[in-house]
Amino acid sequence: MLLRHTTKEVKEREGLTINPAKTCQPIGAMYAALGVHGCLPHSHGSQGCCSYHRSTLTRHYKEPVMAATSSFTEGASVFGGQANLLAAIETIFSVYDPEVIAVHSTCLSETIGDDLQQITKKAKDDGKIPEGKYVIYASTPSFVGSHITGYANMVVGMAEQFAKSIGEKNDKVNVIAGWMEPSDMREIKSLASRLGVKIVLFPDTSDVLDAPQTGKHEFYPKGGTTIAELISAGDSKCSLAVGCISAEPAAVALDKKCKVPFETVDMPIGLSATDRFIMALSKAGGVKVPDEITAERGRLVDVMADMEQYFYGKKVALFGDPDQLMPLTEFLLDLGMIPAHIVSGTPGNRFEKRMREILERAPGANFRNGAQADMFLLHQWIKNEPVDLLIGNTYGKYIARDEDIPFVRFGFPILDRIGHSYFPNIGYSGSLRLVEKILGVLMDRQDQTALEERFELVM
Amino acid sequence: MKGKEMDTQNINLLEGREKQVYEKTAGGAEVDIACEKTSLSGSVSQRACVFCGSRVVLYPVADAIHIVHGPIGCAAYTWDIRGAVSSGPELHRLSFSTDLQEMDVIYGGEKKLYRSLIELIDQYQPNAAFIYSTCIIGLIGDDIDAVCKKVAKEKGIPVLPVHSEGFKGTKKDGYKAACLALMKLIGQGSTEGISKYSINILGEFNLAGEAWIIREYYEKMGIEVVATMTGDGRIDAIRRSHGASLNVVQCSGSMTTLAKEMEEKYGIPFIRVSYFGFEDMSKSLYDVAQHFPERPDIMEKAKEIVRDEIRKYYPEMQKFKAALAGKKAAIYVGGAFKTFSLIKALRTIGMSVVLAGSQTGNQQDYKNLKEMCDEGTVIVDDSNPVELSKFILEKEADLLIGGVKERPIAFKLGVAFCDHNHERKIPLAGFIGMYYFAREVYESVMSPVWQFAPRKGGAQ
Ligand code: SF4
Repeated sequence: MLLRHTTKEVKEREGLTINPAKTCQPIGAMYAALGVHGCLPHSHGSQGCCSYHRSTLTRHYKEPVMAATSSFTEGASVFGGQANLLAAIETIFSVYDPEVIAVHSTCLSETIGDDLQQITKKAKDDGKIPEGKYVIYASTPSFVGSHITGYANMVVGMAEQFAKSIGEKNDKVNVIAGWMEPSDMREIKSLASRLGVKIVLFPDTSDVLDAPQTGKHEFYPKGGTTIAELISAGDSKCSLAVGCISAEPAAVALDKKCKVPFETVDMPIGLSATDRFIMALSKAGGVKVPDEITAERGRLVDVMADMEQYFYGKKVALFGDPDQLMPLTEFLLDLGMIPAHIVSGTPGNRFEKRMREILERAPGANFRNGAQADMFLLHQWIKNEPVDLLIGNTYGKYIARDEDIPFVRFGFPILDRIGHSYFPNIGYSGSLRLVEKILGVLMDRQDQTALEERFELVM
Repeated sequence: MKGKEMDTQNINLLEGREKQVYEKTAGGAEVDIACEKTSLSGSVSQRACVFCGSRVVLYPVADAIHIVHGPIGCAAYTWDIRGAVSSGPELHRLSFSTDLQEMDVIYGGEKKLYRSLIELIDQYQPNAAFIYSTCIIGLIGDDIDAVCKKVAKEKGIPVLPVHSEGFKGTKKDGYKAACLALMKLIGQGSTEGISKYSINILGEFNLAGEAWIIREYYEKMGIEVVATMTGDGRIDAIRRSHGASLNVVQCSGSMTTLAKEMEEKYGIPFIRVSYFGFEDMSKSLYDVAQHFPERPDIMEKAKEIVRDEIRKYYPEMQKFKAALAGKKAAIYVGGAFKTFSLIKALRTIGMSVVLAGSQTGNQQDYKNLKEMCDEGTVIVDDSNPVELSKFILEKEADLLIGGVKERPIAFKLGVAFCDHNHERKIPLAGFIGMYYFAREVYESVMSPVWQFAPRKGGAQ
């Protein structure tokens, strides 16, 4: 019982976070930057952060993750990190030769007051950025927000610093991806092409963090949104932001800079959210939804109906990132399940408000995000009101084991299973997969615990 | 747009890195490897920070709470990622953070730290608390020493500051900071009843239960093990560890400082050992036995253990050796000392080493390495993925030994891999560990999956 110290009684804590349900901004910025083709993420801080982010992403994706660091030393903390960053930019272009360097700050560089905008401008003025190459930046202090807001900030950086408008709109739709897996970005591209909508998807980590075995170490894998695409995003006819927390800020920035109108939708997790996503995308593209996609939807509904009795009334605890939790909670409700406890470490009122709306269908659900919304609290809630299912990232396995709860892995990070980065978690097919996974653990449990005379062959 | 490939066959070494790479050639010029320096700004280094060093050293102390004072990241990334096993309490596997926010950065985080500590100690009743200060703590003006003192007084347990601001040096400085915290504990407990024939095991972190294996050998020899630092560590044992007669130190970097300090303060001599491979493992038993010449039975027992153990595993290993003979290995690990043992261990199973490197070796280490290595071996300090890939392909290595960031690189290249870092799942120390090591190397190198991999740069 690894969590044997968790008490049932929930007391307000004043400072402490125990077993966090989030991590820090810079890793989000790094992940987003990997979704730009030929981009080397750069961590402006000391070596540790960069090393930890790379290791964490590697554990989640089982892929090499390249990123550089300013390697701060004591001097930088006294004199500022400008010299380090300028030197870094020079070194990176001459040795690693990326198309883009995406710089993000850290708690350290923010605390000493480094201004990334000013330093990158100086790099440009000093001729340290070769012709045709780019340096973009995002401010991501770790003492603000979470990995999700860090991701959002870097995507804003892409929109603001790349997109240009030549004044003529083209017929493309920008799809701005919130934090999702490479497989999900691949699924968005596939859905768009089946719908017949031309899109610019950014960022796009497919073919970067799910790269094939080639016998070579590709420093810059094949995938990623290209610079040309990013620049052209300023002339797309509209944008679709997929996720109000992790994607919408970039859509807003793009609208401000290049007058690209946008609509925000939930991440297409589950039936209703996917319906809205497909509607929005087909509307934006001015196309009709093809039968093929309607049939795919039909199959999902069919399975939901076939298996309805296994879902109904089951209580679920879930934790993770806001843009995923919102549609996921809605989906659980659509399945007849009862979301009982929900925790997200990512702060923000927007999420809270939207969740309250969704949870109107589940009065009595415990919900908290931001400060002290951690796994310890979730565990305490579960102790007070047990659940039939737990959904969340790998860190849920402690609670699942101690409380003996069927567990479905979903979110970031997943350090102990594969599949999340290869099979879609979104769209009708991703939702079908989620249904399969939930049913799998629930039915396995039923098989394990059924009395012999009630042990069923046909379920 | 087509994927741009970095030509790993023909890369230039990072400018300014020429001196951190050395190839041993006959009659080649003697160059000193420039090591112990911080990585260049802009490099894709595999290194970590001061905090990381402190965290790995102290982490296995299982009946203490470890609270990371700073923004959430440092705590989140070090949450239970190291398989340092405990036979009892498991407080070390939880993640505690003050999760500093913008307001704390402006007004200071001392109060939050204080309150967090009080809450934690009340709730978990630990035997001690370690407080790690991360990058910004000094900058925002927190005096964590004062907070620790105050809480220690109020709660009656040791509350130890660990000054591990990430940027203030390298991982090695983190080891030092950790040793300093341990020094504050050592000497506080009673040494009553400790045998004259006793040791502390230093620099053994009980990954996959390795410390238990080592401890058993020594105990079989009739030696009392007072404390292991820090594998399966307990505060009380550490507090009385100054009662031991000898410190047995493994791992070049992390615990030598502590051993030296204990020698100075308590007159406890120390020896350096390694538990990897038959050769080094045997030596570490003999060396300890030699320290107690008045008890020849200890040496007798050591010999007996070595004999029995090797007899037990040697024949089995011949199968691996037969299959692995002539295969080539690349090694890139944290400490240089480990590299030495690995080279010897690989030779035992018939493999040669074509690349040997470490993140934190010093001059002497690299000198020794040069002497040990065969001709043509490349020696690197603080390497990066491009360089590693280049040499692995160039030297046609069949196996890479490294840590979490190296693993996927090996697999992308179509080369077998063995984790010799935190993520090892099976014990690699001791005689049985050597057997497991050989088996793991064998299983990875022989995996049928490599036949589907376009080996050596995509020759299909
Ligand atoms: S470099 Fe600083 S902020 Fe980054 S992980 Fe290390 S201590 Fe934490």
